[in-house]
Amino acid sequence: MKDNDVSLSRRSLLKGATAAAFMISAGAVINPLEAWGLEVKALKPETMQTLIQMARDIYPHDRIADRFYAVALKEYDTKSTSDAALKSLVEEGIAKLDQLAKEKHGTRYVDVGWESQRVAILREIEKEPLFQKVRSGLVVSLYNQKEVWPVFGYQGESAVYGGYLHRGFDDIDWL
Amino acid sequence: MAAKFDLNDDSVVVIVGSGAGGGTLGTELALKGIKTVILEAGARHEIEDFINDEWDSFAQLAWADMRTTSGSWRVARDFANLPAWIVKAVGGSTTHWAGASLRFQEHEFRTRSVYGDIKGANLLDWPITLKELEPYYEKAEFRMGVTRTNGIAGLPGNNNYKVFEKGAKAIGYQDVSTGRMAINSDERDGRPGCQQSGFCFQGCKFGAKWSTLYAEIPKGEATGNLEVRPNAHVLRIEHDASGKVTGVVYADKEGNQHRQKARVVAVAGNSIESPRLLLNSASSIYPDGLANSSGQVGRNYMRHMTGSVYAVFDRPVRMWRGTTMAGIVRDEADHKPDRGFVGGYELETLSLGLPFMAAFLDPGAWGREFTSALDSYENMAGLWIVGEDMPQESNRVTLSSEKDQFGMRVANVHFDDHPNDIAMRAHAYRQGSAMYEAVGATRTFPTTPYPSTHNLGTNRMSETPRDGVVNKWGQSHDIPNLFVSDGSQFTTGGAENPTLTIVALAIRQAEYIAGQMGQKVI
Ligand SMILES: Cc1cc2nc3c(=O)[nH]c(=O)nc-3n(C[C@H](O)[C@H](O)[C@H](O)COP(=O)(O)OP(=O)(O)OC[C@H]3O[C@@H](n4cnc5c(N)ncnc54)[C@H](O)[C@@H]3O)c2cc1C
Ligand code: SF4
Repeated sequence: MKDNDVSLSRRSLLKGATAAAFMISAGAVINPLEAWGLEVKALKPETMQTLIQMARDIYPHDRIADRFYAVALKEYDTKSTSDAALKSLVEEGIAKLDQLAKEKHGTRYVDVGWESQRVAILREIEKEPLFQKVRSGLVVSLYNQKEVWPVFGYQGESAVYGGYLHRGFDDIDWL
Repeated sequence: MAAKFDLNDDSVVVIVGSGAGGGTLGTELALKGIKTVILEAGARHEIEDFINDEWDSFAQLAWADMRTTSGSWRVARDFANLPAWIVKAVGGSTTHWAGASLRFQEHEFRTRSVYGDIKGANLLDWPITLKELEPYYEKAEFRMGVTRTNGIAGLPGNNNYKVFEKGAKAIGYQDVSTGRMAINSDERDGRPGCQQSGFCFQGCKFGAKWSTLYAEIPKGEATGNLEVRPNAHVLRIEHDASGKVTGVVYADKEGNQHRQKARVVAVAGNSIESPRLLLNSASSIYPDGLANSSGQVGRNYMRHMTGSVYAVFDRPVRMWRGTTMAGIVRDEADHKPDRGFVGGYELETLSLGLPFMAAFLDPGAWGREFTSALDSYENMAGLWIVGEDMPQESNRVTLSSEKDQFGMRVANVHFDDHPNDIAMRAHAYRQGSAMYEAVGATRTFPTTPYPSTHNLGTNRMSETPRDGVVNKWGQSHDIPNLFVSDGSQFTTGGAENPTLTIVALAIRQAEYIAGQMGQKVI
């Protein structure tokens, strides 16, 4: 995946940002704390917001910022502009997720308070096409972003630096 | 200069595939003065084209044409159209391989005699012995520059190896080392020593690791007797009224078909494509496919009993630095039936980069149990298990009803573990975890087998034509000028990584083909 966060339009920090991670405004998902917004063209902004939360609940990494999840999912919106089947798969799948959340907790999925409560909802839909598609795509589109590798310590390409022969291939010192 | 042969030149030997088997055979024949054409389905990417990035490299080199799966193996569920992780490119899977180069043990050539009649297993003794193969192992080790042979120094151990070695010794293992690797520990054969870059699976950008792409084929081409034709996907092998093969039909990049005539055809497309090609070549004389009077073509598919153990520690390991397969424990390699299974296994260090670790640690898993493991990626060490699996007639490559881009039926790979495989894997998971726990692992992960990297046995060698597809020279029992030159000839799989044996067999086969051609028998 060649995309990175530059394609998410940077927004100036909104004054009075609340504790909520995301806001919806004029056709975009906005993350005031991280100062970015993702404009959606085909999907409802609320749908994109829920997708991002769902992605974080599938592969939760506390040290990875929301924008990396947003980048990983952006193609659902881009592709939905020309792919009606995908669009309805996403919209209907997310509607179902919200409906389950409402039945159990009386709120939208994104407003369910605890991760464990949201995960319990995801367990109910994990065999369904939307979940399968999001999870199997995300395992590549999230972890294949070079920008997230440093969070895990992974160093990426090495031949250009001459390998690790003189850069610590055997530097373990605690054994 | 590389040769260029005419499509109607029926004096050439045609080899299908340019990997460990085909690339070696073609080079060896060319060195003996025999005109040879290697037809390779994939493109030719040279060292400078290789990419230090797991998914990008996978897209560049891996075989991604359609395949289907069935059976109870987990790969059929997690990777339904990717039964094997192998290569479609000049050099074949020797571009991807890690370089571990081990000889079979003496008893592994006669498992039916030594292990006895194991229920559900189609064990058979090889028609050759270790003694017969030893001179060819020597030649193979010399040309591949295998460390700890021919006076070549072993490789230094990286971080992943140091953890592995300390753990192995802590639980009493003795046969622990950085192994026998076809990776230069120092400059040799015009190629540099290993720079410990850690991308052995993505094509070595230094050429330190042996591959037919740059360590064999150019030597064959320099004789003027070898032509390697990339983007030439062989669709079927043809024969005359007497039953002898006369050439092959292949599709080029644009999908145009060409007929290359041949005096001899050698099939080396790896153990899924080779039987597929023989089956797709069925004709009125050979209604069940070529070389298949025994009905064994495609059967006895083996993939080694594999699995991995990853472990997390409280401090960094950084296993991705340095050779991907950096060391080996051989203490479990013998046949010791008191462990509750026949045959043995090797433990070898292994590392995956973060993108592949996410995809392969526990395919399909999600949630915090999974992501907390990845959060500790920097503190992980890892090993791979490779053991002898039981050949079973029902583990099988057949033609699927699905078709590929050329309209040819694709391969379906059916696999179920044998109870012996399961017992051996459980033992290896325990031992591997114990090694890491002995040096302070806080968590261990018995990891399921990846899509197959070692694919073996689907055109097995046998003494009698009834039991197998080829004789002790890899020559078809049914058709004298048709050969099999890859790992599909293996009668049984042994506990060792297969490539050294594939190369030794190819060198031996080249001698035989040259002799038979010289005597005009073929
Ligand atoms: C990641 C990885 C690590 C490995 N590590 C080791 C190791 O450390 N030690 C070891 O011993 N082994 C290792 N192996 C296995 C090793 O790579 C294989 O055993 C070996 O390369 C098999 O040789 P082969 O000639 O049978 O097939 P390959 O080397 O796979 O070559 C087959 C070639 O045939 C071509 N082909 C197929 N069908 C057709 C057709 N119809 N027409 C034209 N061309 C065709 C393919 O495109 C391919 O290039 C590893 C493999 C992988 C993938
Ligand atoms: S670690 Fe050594 S053998 Fe492996 S790719 Fe790097 S230089 Fe080549």
